[in-house]
Order: sequence, then C-alpha cells, then structure tokens
Amino acid sequence: MAVFGWLNDQLLKMEWLSNLVARLVESVFKMDIESRLAGSIHFFIYDAIKIAVLLSVLVFGISYIQSFFPPERTRKILGRFNGITANILGALLGTVTPFCSCSSIPLFIGFTNAGLPLGVTFSFLISSPLVDLASLILLASIFDWATAIAYVVVGIVLAVVAGTIIGNSKFEKYVEPFVFSTMPSSTNSNEHTLSTRERLIYSKDQTVGIFRNVWIYILVGVGIGAAIHNWIPETWISAVLGQDKWYSVLLATIVGVPMYADISGTLPIAEALVAKGVGLGTALSFMMGVTALSLPSIIMLKRVVKPRLLAIFLGMVTVGIMIIGYAFNAFGYFFV
Amino acid sequence: MVIKVLGSCCGNCAALMANAKTALAELGIQATVEKVSDFAEIAKYGVISIPSLVIDETVVSTGKVLKPKEIMKILEGMVK
Repeated sequence: MAVFGWLNDQLLKMEWLSNLVARLVESVFKMDIESRLAGSIHFFIYDAIKIAVLLSVLVFGISYIQSFFPPERTRKILGRFNGITANILGALLGTVTPFCSCSSIPLFIGFTNAGLPLGVTFSFLISSPLVDLASLILLASIFDWATAIAYVVVGIVLAVVAGTIIGNSKFEKYVEPFVFSTMPSSTNSNEHTLSTRERLIYSKDQTVGIFRNVWIYILVGVGIGAAIHNWIPETWISAVLGQDKWYSVLLATIVGVPMYADISGTLPIAEALVAKGVGLGTALSFMMGVTALSLPSIIMLKRVVKPRLLAIFLGMVTVGIMIIGYAFNAFGYFFV
Repeated sequence: MVIKVLGSCCGNCAALMANAKTALAELGIQATVEKVSDFAEIAKYGVISIPSLVIDETVVSTGKVLKPKEIMKILEGMVK
C-alpha cells in the first residue's frame, strides 16, 4: 500500500512538481510562498503543468483504445443489443469515443438512421462529453479516487437513466424527418484493421489535435481557479455557494449549463471552489453542467431534433445533474 | 475536380481543408475545395465521423485528418 500511496502522490498528484514550483516561486521570484500573490502564481504554474501533462498522456492512451472503436464499429456493436443493456453499453462506449462535441451530430444521424433506438443514442450522446477515462484520472489527481469513481459512476447512471426514459417514450416523431430519410452509410473506409504503428500515429495526432483545441480552456480555467483560490474572499463564495445554502447546487448548474469548456478547464475551478469550502456536490454540478451541456451543442442539436425533444433532453439532464449535486453534498462526508 | 471537406466546427476540419489545399498545390492540380457544414448535407454522404474527405462525390476518408502526403496518394490514384 505504501508503494501505491507514493506512486499516487508523486505520479498522479505530482507532489514533486508542487514542491519544485514552490521553490521556484521562492528563489526566482523572491516571494514568500505564504503570500497571496505567490500562492496564485504557484497554483497557476503547478496546475497548468500538471493538467497539461496528465491530459496529454491520458489522451494518448485513450486514443489508442478509441482506435479500436471507430463510430462505425460502435454502431455495429450497439445494434446487437437491446433494452437497458444497450443503454449501458451506449453510455460505456461514450466514454471512449469522440472528444469533440461537433462530431456528435453526424453520429446521432448515423446511429438513428441505422435503426438504433433513440434512447441508446441519447445514452451515448450524454456520456460522451460528460465522462471519459481522462476525467477519471484527472479527478483522482485533483481530488481523490473515491470522488473520481463516484463521478464516473453517477455520470454513466445519468446517461443510462435519461436514455432509457427517452427510449421508452416513443419520441421518434420529434426527430427531424431528414435524419431518417438519408441513406444509411455504406462506406466502410475505416473497416480495414489498423496496425499497431498506425494506431500509435493516430493516437499522437489525436493528442496534438486535442491539445491544440483545449490548451486555452486549461489556461483560462487555471487562471480563474488561481483567482478564486487567493483573491476572492471566502465569505463571498460561501454567501452564494456555501454548503448551508439550499440554492447552491441550483445556481452552480444553471451557471454551468450554457457555458462551454473542456473538462480539463473546469477542474481547476472546481478544485478552487472546494478549497474555499464549497460543497463537493455543488462543484461537481458546475463541472457536469459545463461539460455535458452547452449553448453551442444545444444549437447544433436543435438542427436534428424538434424543440419538444430538445426541451425534454435539456430538462432531464439538468435535473439529473442537480440531483447528483444534492446527493454528493448530502453524502459527501463518505469521500472526505 | 471538386473536393469537399465534411465537418462543422472543430479545428480538425480546418486542418484537413488546409492539408487538401497543400496536396493540390504540391501536385499542381486545379480543383475547388469547399467545406460542407450542413448536417443534412453531410448525412447524404452516409458519413458518421467527421472530418471526412469527398473527392468528386466519392467519400475517400472518414474521421481522420489526412496528411497532405496521404491526400496526394489518393489524388494520384484517382487521376491515373
């Protein structure tokens, strides 16, 4: 266990980096590490490097797994199952497939017109931005393993439950007709099996591409986190988001939903909020709201589903996130 | 020759488009390169992962940012 603990602290939490950055701030910037400005600088440098390094390593690993599950194959696998098994599988496959929210609409169309049940497609659509292996490891690094695993489990449960409800409600009539009328894909250009070398190249390209898309979110997120950490008085934060305020989760979710950011950019903000005494559930609600739903993704989804289904989808996911938030706040002491 | 890049917003789509242009310039082929971002239009090609590359209405690659060299190879194969 001691070995595991050491690995956890040094590799995952990168304590050596924290100490190194602290030394750097003290000797290069000639500042007292206890001072506010030094604390902010330390938070910014340490978190930005830690998240960037972890994310790159993780995306590389996930891309390698992902190369075994191109969307065409995912669709085929899902087509073989039905009922809740298909929903669970959809949610699980969502954790290893696309990172980019704009690729989800062609997927939605492709899945639906191939005859996959709407509910299964929605399970996949909800889990894919919300939960992935990167978020599991990043959460374990910033918080702890119990929180990370709990987050992933509730994320998948949310995707399965919301997908099952949509599936059982015969909502097909609320999907734009063109989704069904287009020809199911016949091109199988990705069918040939890739060699290990090709998979490694693919993973490298994905890592570079994703890093190019998200570095700005990491910097902005860490910047906001650093500001919250050292400059915003705790009394202000607890006045709006404190544990004792019944509306804290509600507020965090509503603020988070329209925003769009990558999970790696949202984590440092959640970290700083929790350090300021905000409930873990409140911070997670904010994070889930930001990653699962966003104005750009809603606008895209509006092109393929009718307003009614869109409203039901939004309502269900939002309420689900709030329930998760309140549950974590109520039972959060299990994790600390 | 008409080359279409299917995809809506990611940086990946822009990257694929730039690579296609590089490949064309490299080979000295005259062609129009256009971006298709309308989902109904994309769906007509039966493509479910983006960015995808379409040359003269044939889908040649899906879900990948091809390198200029890979596009050149495809183009050379088609011209012959």
